[in-house]
Amino acid sequence: MTVIPNFDSDDSDRKFVIICSKGNLDMAYPALVLANAALGEGIETHLFFTFWGFDMIIDSRMDDLQFSPAGNTAMHFPVKGKDIRIPQAVMPLPGMTGMATKMLKDQLEAMDIPPVRDFLDQIVGAGGHLWGCQMSADMNKVDMDDMYEGVEDIINATDFIEMTDGAQLLFI
Amino acid sequence: MATATIAGKEVHINEEGFLTEFDEWDEDIAAELAKNIDVEMTDEHWKLIRWLREDYKEKGETATTRRVQSAGGVPTKQQFAMFPKKPAKKMSYIAGVPKPKGCV
Repeated sequence: MTVIPNFDSDDSDRKFVIICSKGNLDMAYPALVLANAALGEGIETHLFFTFWGFDMIIDSRMDDLQFSPAGNTAMHFPVKGKDIRIPQAVMPLPGMTGMATKMLKDQLEAMDIPPVRDFLDQIVGAGGHLWGCQMSADMNKVDMDDMYEGVEDIINATDFIEMTDGAQLLFI
Repeated sequence: MATATIAGKEVHINEEGFLTEFDEWDEDIAAELAKNIDVEMTDEHWKLIRWLREDYKEKGETATTRRVQSAGGVPTKQQFAMFPKKPAKKMSYIAGVPKPKGCV
């Protein structure tokens, strides 16, 4: 009996939209990973960057997103079988953010997970759409000239509502 | 485990139709698998499929689209052009390896 996988079947009009509102390095990745996965499933995928998430697509900032362990009580050292937590009191000390950011970047690299810019390149290459938020652009005093090249346009709230008609939405 | 006759050969397949035995695969079978999912195989396709198998043999798991780009040298955009919509699944299906497990 021959079974043929149904790769091009039922999901052709599924549309997936992620709102990226955070500019911390650790909060950039959920959207990048899921957008990439959705595109790999042949799903029309849009990323809308707003508020702090704007740092993910501002060309001069996107390579330098940071991860701060301050206020994050769920951060443990990634050691198998150990449960090591740093006291919150030391988190705001100078150098902690830099150290935590470096650790996270090293871990991502070790897993062959690309940096933000490369990941967005991959997403755009796979047919994903990137949009900036008009109000965030105004607040940040930036325009299309400051955007990462993969951003298609800066759109307003009404454009966004029109664009997401019938879409599945995820706010990060 | 179900079996199927593909290109005149008896092979083991799973419920989705993917080959389950790495060594049962050959290029005649791959050609028929490609036809099943409407992929027209060019030299470029064959090169990638062979690479995917080599990489699987070496690593013990199927390369993701990310790895096909970073280690296999085929940009994501091109992968989507060659295997439209679902490159990772289509490539692995034709190559007779499991679907990739990695998230990225």
